[in-house]
Order: sequence, then C-alpha cells, then structure tokens
Amino acid sequence: MKTLEEIKKEALEQIASSDALEKLNEVRVNFLGKKGELTAVLKSMKDVAPEDRPKVGQMVNETREEIEKVLEEAKNKMEAALREAKLKSEVIDVTLPAKKNNVGHRHPNTIALEEVERIFVGMGYEVMEGPEIEKDYYNFEALNIPADHPAKDEQDTFYINSDILLRTQTSPCQVREMEKGKLPIRMLAPGRVFRADEVDATHSPCFNQIEGMVVDKNITFADLKGTLAEFARQLFGEDTKVKFRPHHFPFTEPSAEMDVSCFKCGGKGCRFCKGEGWIEILGCGMVHPKVLKMSGIDPQEYSGFAFGVGLERITLLKYEIDDMRLLYENDIRFLKQF
Amino acid sequence: MNTALSWIKAYVPELDVTDHEYFDAMTLSGTKCEGFTRLDKNLEKIVVGQILSIERHPDADKLIICQVNVGTETVQIVTGANNVKVGDKVPVVLDGGRVAGGHDGGPLPEEGIKIKAGKLRGIPSNGMMCSIEELGSDRNFYPEAPEEGIYIFGDDVEVGSDAVEALGLHDTVFEYEVTSNRVDCFSVLGIAREVAATFRKPFIPPVVTVKENNEKAADYISVKVQDEDLCSRYCARICTNIKIAPSPKWMQRRLSAQGIRPINNLVDITNYVMLEYGQPMHAYDLDTVSGNQIIVRRAKDGDTFRTLDGQDRNLDSEVLMICDAEKEIGIAGIMGGENSMITDHVNTVLFEAATFNGANIRKASKRIGLRTDASGIFEKGLDPHNAEEAINRACQLMQELGAGDVVGSMVDVHAPMKEEVQIPFEPERINKFLGTDISQADMVTYLKKIEIKVDEDKMMLTCPTFRQDLLSFADIAEEVARFYGYDKIPTTLPSGAATAGKLTFKLRIEQKAREIAEFCGFSQGTTYSFESPKVFDKLLLAEDDKLRQAITISNPLGEDFSIMRTSTLNGMLTSLATNYNRRNKDVRLYELGNVYLADKLPLTELPDERMQFTLGFYGDGDFYTLKGVIEEFLESIGMKKRLEYDPKAGKNFLHPGRQANVCYDGEIIGYLGEVHPAVCDNYDMSTRAYIAVLDMPMIVSQATFDRKYTGIARFPAVSRDISMTVPKNILVGEIEKVIEQRGGKILEHYQLFDIYEGDQIKEGFKSVAYSITFRAQDRTLEEADITGAMKKILNGLEAIGIELRQ
Repeated sequence: MKTLEEIKKEALEQIASSDALEKLNEVRVNFLGKKGELTAVLKSMKDVAPEDRPKVGQMVNETREEIEKVLEEAKNKMEAALREAKLKSEVIDVTLPAKKNNVGHRHPNTIALEEVERIFVGMGYEVMEGPEIEKDYYNFEALNIPADHPAKDEQDTFYINSDILLRTQTSPCQVREMEKGKLPIRMLAPGRVFRADEVDATHSPCFNQIEGMVVDKNITFADLKGTLAEFARQLFGEDTKVKFRPHHFPFTEPSAEMDVSCFKCGGKGCRFCKGEGWIEILGCGMVHPKVLKMSGIDPQEYSGFAFGVGLERITLLKYEIDDMRLLYENDIRFLKQF
Repeated sequence: MNTALSWIKAYVPELDVTDHEYFDAMTLSGTKCEGFTRLDKNLEKIVVGQILSIERHPDADKLIICQVNVGTETVQIVTGANNVKVGDKVPVVLDGGRVAGGHDGGPLPEEGIKIKAGKLRGIPSNGMMCSIEELGSDRNFYPEAPEEGIYIFGDDVEVGSDAVEALGLHDTVFEYEVTSNRVDCFSVLGIAREVAATFRKPFIPPVVTVKENNEKAADYISVKVQDEDLCSRYCARICTNIKIAPSPKWMQRRLSAQGIRPINNLVDITNYVMLEYGQPMHAYDLDTVSGNQIIVRRAKDGDTFRTLDGQDRNLDSEVLMICDAEKEIGIAGIMGGENSMITDHVNTVLFEAATFNGANIRKASKRIGLRTDASGIFEKGLDPHNAEEAINRACQLMQELGAGDVVGSMVDVHAPMKEEVQIPFEPERINKFLGTDISQADMVTYLKKIEIKVDEDKMMLTCPTFRQDLLSFADIAEEVARFYGYDKIPTTLPSGAATAGKLTFKLRIEQKAREIAEFCGFSQGTTYSFESPKVFDKLLLAEDDKLRQAITISNPLGEDFSIMRTSTLNGMLTSLATNYNRRNKDVRLYELGNVYLADKLPLTELPDERMQFTLGFYGDGDFYTLKGVIEEFLESIGMKKRLEYDPKAGKNFLHPGRQANVCYDGEIIGYLGEVHPAVCDNYDMSTRAYIAVLDMPMIVSQATFDRKYTGIARFPAVSRDISMTVPKNILVGEIEKVIEQRGGKILEHYQLFDIYEGDQIKEGFKSVAYSITFRAQDRTLEEADITGAMKKILNGLEAIGIELRQ
C-alpha cells in the first residue's frame, strides 16, 4: 500500500500535468472520490490500532485538504484561461452597421410648435383650438375690422359665402375664448390659417399661426413685453434681446411688432438677418377695449394682451429652411432631417 | 412711400441726425423705415468744371481733347462725348474719384467705378466728364439731361464747386411703411410732423397764403354733388393765363426722389401737393368743361369712358364720376378723362381737391382694373379738412412759380364735416395700462407735439381731424407710449392668480398618435386643406359618394385649390407619389389634419371639422403593418377592447380583397387597406401602397389615460394547442371571437401560430393552429378546469363548420 506521502505526491503530479478540466475531474475521482485512493486509506483504518486511528485520520484529512486546495487552484486557473480564450475568440467589428428601429420623424412645424407650447404651458397657458372655416363675424367684425377694411378684400380672404370664410388668422380664437365668459384667460391657440397668396418660396395659401392672449385685471403693456421677452429667450436662447416697434392691428391698441436679435450673428448683422441684426418675429398689442367690450368683457375692469406668431416663420428661421414649399411636399429626405 | 430727407428737413429745419439714427428713431416711434438709399453713394471727387477749349484727337476720329477748368486747376480730359462745346459747365470726376455707374445706365455696381488718370489712344486724360447715368440717376428724374452724352449745367453753378451738391444728390431717400390707420402719414407733412415729435424739434409747415385776383371762381364754375354718400367734399379753384413751362429744379428733385417724373409746372404742382399734403388733386382744362358745371354722380351700368391714358374703361353704377353739363369728364379719385385733359395750349385750369369714399374708390378701382397713385391714397379715406389747405397750396405754387393767375375764392361743396374728437385725459389710467410711471407734464408734451390740444383744467384732449385713428383711451395710451419710447417701458410678468397650463385632451391624444406613428417608422407630413374636385375621379369615388359633397371656395386660387377636402386620401397619395417619383425607397408617412364635412350644401352653418389620423406607405411592409400601428396606438390611449375588422368596407379606392373597416365597441372608427392598383396608376405609382385613416373624434370619445394595476399572476399558466381544418371563407377573427366568448374567466391569452393552405389540406379549406393559455388568479388550475374550457371552445368552433385535426 502507498503511503499518504506517495499518494499526495502522485496526485499533485497528476494535477500539474492536467491540461483540461475533465482531467482534473479524473484526478479528483481517482484520489478523493468514493473509490479513490484516500478513501481506500480511510477504509483500511480498521487495520490500524485504535489508539493510532485519530492520528491517521487527521493525517488523511490533511492530505485530502491539501489535494483539494491544489485541485481548486488548478481548476480556477484553468477556467480563467478558458474564459480568456473564449473572450478573445468573440471579438466583433464594432463598426458594422447598427440595427435601428427606423423611428419616423416629426414635421419641423410640429417640433417648433411643441417648443412654443412647452414655453407657454409652463407660464400657465391653456392650449386650445378654433374652427378653420369661420364666420365673418369672428374673423373680422368682432376683431374691430369693419366691413370696408382693406383686409377684408377678396384678394386676401378665401370666402365660402358672404358669412363664412377660411379664417385668415388665429385671432378669432381670442373672441371665442372671451365669449365663454371665464376669466382670467391665458390661452394659446395654434392652427391653420388661409390667405389668397400664390405658392412660392416665401408664401403659401395655407399656413399656421399661434395666437396667444391674456385677459385679467391689471394686465399692462409691460406685462406683454416681459412675457414675450421671456418667450424669445426660451425659444432662441438666453442672450436673445427683443425690440418692440409700434405697429397697427385693428384689434390691439397700442400695437407692436417684436424683433429678436439675430440668433445667428448675435445682432452684429449677417446674411441671415439681412445685415440688420434683428429679425421680425411676431405682432402683438393690448387687446383693443372695443374688442373686449364686443365679447362681453368690461374694459374698465379688465385689460389684456394678445400676440400672433407665424409658425412657419419660426420653423424656417430655426432650421434655416430656405423654401416654404418644402414644408408641404413631404419628401422623406427633407422630413428625415428633423 | 419714398421721401427725400431734404424735403423733410424743409419742415423740420433743426433736424440734424445721421441716416442710421433717423432710421432707428423713426422706426421706434412708429414710422417704420424699410430702408434708405444715399443718392450720392459712390460719388467721390466730382466738381463743376468749365470747358476752356476743345481739340480733335490726333489718332481717333471719335475722341476730343478738352481743357477743363475745375476751379483749382485746369485738367486735360479726353472724351468720346459729342454734346459739349467750349464754355459748358459739366460735372467732372477728378483723378482718384468715383462714379456710381457706367454711361449705358445699366445696373449700378455695388462699389461704383473708380476713375484714374490714364491715356486714351496715347493722349493723357486726367479725369472724366459725367453723364447723368454715371452719376447714378437718369433722364426720368433729370429731364434736362441729354439723351446721350455729358450732363450740362445751367449757368448759375460755380466752377470748382461740388457738382453733386449742385445736382441735389447729397440726399438720402427713405422708404417708409405706413400703416393703414395713419392716413395722415401718407404725406411728407405728416411724416415731418412725426419727425419733429420724435426728435423734439420745431415743426414748421408751409405758410399758405394765396395772392388772388378780383374775379370769383363761382363765376367760372358751379359744382353739384349728387351722390353725397361717395363724395363728402368737393373744392374747386380756377387759375387763368396758364403758362406751361418746366417746374423749378428744387421741385423736380423732390418729385424725382419720390419716383415721380417731372413733366411741367402744372402737372408737377398737382403731384407735389399730393405728396406734400396727401391730398390727390386733379386739373381740368376749363375750356373742355361744358356748361361751366361740375356734377358729381354715379355712372350708369354699361357706360364706357376713355381715360386720359387713351384706354376705354367699363363702368357700373357704383363708380363715381365727375361730369360736366353734358358728359363724364373723369373717374372720381382714379383718373381724369381724355376729353378734359390738360394740353400745352391750356388757358384756364379748374383744380379739384375732393374727398371721396375710400372703400368705394378701392372697390371701383379694382373692378375697373385701374389703380393710380391718386386712388391708392383716396382708398384710405381722407380728411375733408385737408382738401381746402391742399388746393390753396396748389394755387399758391401756381402763383409763386408764375404758372398762372389765381382767381379769387373757392367753390366748396360739402356735407356736414366731422368734428374734432374729444377724449378724456386720464394720465393715471394710461400709466396703469402701460405699466409705466410717466409724469402728466411729459404726457402733455408728447401730445401737444402731435397737435393734440390738451385742456388740463377739464382734463380733456381734442384731437386734430387729420388723426382719424384717435378715437378712445387706448389710442391716446399708444401715442404716449410711442413718444415715451416702447423700449423704455419696463418688462414685467402678469401678476394675478396662477392658472394651470395644459393641453386639451384632444391635443394630448394627437400627441400620442404622433409618438406611436413615429415609433412605428412613420414620418409626419402635412398637406393643404383644399384640393381639386378632380380628385374624386382619381380616387374612383362613385357618383353618389358622400365624399363628393365638398364645400366650395367662392374665390379660389384656381381649380386645384377650389374645394375643402372631405378626405385626406389625396394629400397622402400625392405625398407618397412625390416620394415614389423621386425614387425614395420604403416611405412611411402620417398626417394629422382636418377634413371638412358639410351637413348641408350650400353651407349655412359652420361645417364639421374632423381631425383625421392618416397613415400611408409603400415598400417594406403590408396590410398587417398598418394594422399593427393602429393597435399600438389604440392600446396606448387605453382602448383595450377587442377591435373588429370588417372586410366589407366598401371603399372603391382600396383593393377589394384587402380592405377593412376598423370597429371598436360596435362603431366604425376608421379603415385601412391596400390602395387599389387603378388608383395607384392614377397617381403614377407602380408599387403597392397601403393607407389607413382613423377618425379622431370617434377615438377621442373612447380614449382614456386612466390606468389600473391588476396584479401579476402568481399561479402557473397552462397552454393547449389546437389545430383545425377551416373552410377558407371563415376569417381567423371569427375563430378568435369563439375562443374569447367561450374560454371563460380562466382564458388568459391565445395566439395564432400556424396558418397553411396547400397540398395536405383538402380543397376549399385551410389549416389553422392556435395556442391557448389559461390561468386563474387565485389558484392552480386543475385538469378539469382546462378540459371544460377547451370543450366549450371546441364545440363552438365545430358549430361554425371547423374540424379539429388530431
């Protein structure tokens, strides 16, 4: 019979010469398994003198632990080497094409509109809509545009009949909102409008406006300026400056047009702003007392401001699109850029 | 409107600002400047020279050599011009100077043309004599200039002086955009008044005094206004002993800067006064006015009239005419007649300054098809008070320029004239409205500067009649704001109670539609709301199809844009076709846009505007791709009931075997299908295309964003597979309906995993296989539960003619 030393030596040699996990396993079975050599030693304990048994048992256990330890180490080492080899063999070409879901793209008008909506919703405005085919009363009369006003001429307005027309502006939404009789009002009304302009790079007979209106007690022209300056900063950047020029709209008084400092050149003057440093963005003003009155609001108690933005104007400026027709062609190569 | 700054300065003599300062300040006070042009742009080192001698060029027949005295020296200049002679005073650009353009009068180069000393055919030339074109102008504005050759001054200019000055070109022409409410600013005086107020300088309008003879105008002419509704005032004055001659240079320059060609003293005076006062004038040869009578009345339908440009015009009974005792002699406010026009032989002139109804002039000029400078001003609606001032100014100029003698007094016919408007002066309310703190004294200063009378005792404002736009408190607030400066008004945010910002529910659903469509690969398009009535045939719609009941635009841009769309199909198909014809591959588009459905035609009430969610594509994908998008969308907005697809949708424009209505809870909410190949042909697409349209109002009424958690099942599920032989005409939807109805509470899920038609299956049948999953929320299912449920399902299937396969 082999001595424990011999068994150990033999086991360690076999472990050292193992080159695969299966071989290590064989070593384990041969030496430590139920029919293994160490087990055989334990089985032969009955031949050992009783007083020596604890000592021999301890020796056998020590040998077993030693072999197990070396075996474990060898196994770990071998597994690590195997993983290493596997990883090495699994290198991929990370520059191969991506597997995309091919998500669709939003229309640039919508992206710009959502931006504007986000800003005003944040300031407590409710977004609403009005009819695109509208009554003459809402589009003109209730907005202080009397029957003989040049803006009512056929060349600008599409008529269905003498009472019904395609709205030329989103301003009728002001009237419809005021007529509901719920005050205060903070509303934003985007939508399609129509004007009899032939299609070209800067005109479309069908385009979008965004109307805004606030009516409350103590609303001032200063509030109008502050609100729209904040809007411009959020839309075009923190450093954007605004300029208010007097203008005329029948339904606001005082009226103004707002320019923003050119966001391309910062106001120095460039091709983009035609050298002026400023870009015209919107029309605005204090709601005309006559308009308030016609919609059942007492102008002595309440005041308000309103503004109208051309959505396409913002879209074209923001994304540097040079031809309005692109917005209605729906060429996928155009849409994919947004 | 374009006006030379020098003309403005004639009334605001203390004005001393740069072009840019003027541009900015006027724009900020409400007289918007669109741009400005310096008339002396690129004109450098140009003086008045006098030709001392002329000799022939030894080597060139067409050139001459001139010795020219330019004040400080005599320079030799070689020229090809043949209109100069010794003693002529001419503009000379010296060596190193610059002119605006070439002698051909072509477009002016941005940097002008530099002039350097050089040799012409071997003879030194140290400068250039200039034509009017080289100075950047033309004979329209300088009628005295020769058709070809060097500009020659009159004798009154000094040799060596600034030739540009002598021509009146040291000036800037500003272009103004005047808003429609400021009729008074369509005049030089109106703008000058604003200039004076903006820069706080004195405003000095012309002093109008007429030296008249002892005769009476009423002895020459009587005026009768028959249609007072269209003519609120008619002023007439007479000038005799007319001497037609060119008008003085200063008047010619002012007119030409404004773009009006000088003609002769009489014509120029009427134009000058029109520009200066904003009151169009007309001059008639009194000898052509029969009966010494002017009658202002409407024309008759069907009348024709020859205007002074020689054109015959068709009139109607809403066109106002100026007539004499026998005939029509002018279209009021638009153009005079050929029969009464001024000729060089005129002896006595009738001046007319009238106020016509603006809206009528606008409409008449449009119907007649004739828009003139005069009608453009009249149509804004003029102040009757201005007519008298203007006609007197014209007579003053006639007399001062020696163009004729002014007959005493004016014939003046008018309706009661509008009184000055009074508005309470409320400084505190103005400040509260503007959000400012402007002193009453400052407000008074601003208002007085624009000729509003302020009574601080009664706190009452009286507005001049030429300011027809000043009617109420807000108008006064604007005047204060303008001259205080919009830029000085503070910026604040509205105080008041907070409000909740939000989108309407409908808009939130639309937002979801966009998200899902894009997630599924569809890009957003947008198309016009109007289209051609021809699209109905293109879409193969039946003659009686309701979609043909479209609202018609009475004044469309053309037939292609003449009806309001009743479906979004044409827009989508046109967009797909555009992409297809540009060879874009695999295009998927969606649109959210309204259709307009009339309850009754012709329209009496506003139509039903229905938002449509339209999806369309060609290339990769099929019918079921669209079905997938629809279901993803509806699930995302909480519409989780079973959708039914009814293949009997009856859409002519879709493939008869590949179309379905989409039904939810028993109602049709939209449809989808493959586009009929004939329709594809009509849109020049030789590919299969698919389209789906969802009616958003139907969907919005059923959608919800409410969600409730139901607990994740803890007990195991059990699956059973069934394989069936199904008659071909039975849709899998019918099988699913049976499984759903009969599976009981423990039915969790079912899935089609195989469908097959072919060899092993008997004729007229298909093989269909489903995996059905059962689960209970509260216990582990027992075999009996499953067998029971399966048995019910199988019985149901057998009842509709389906055989089980073993």
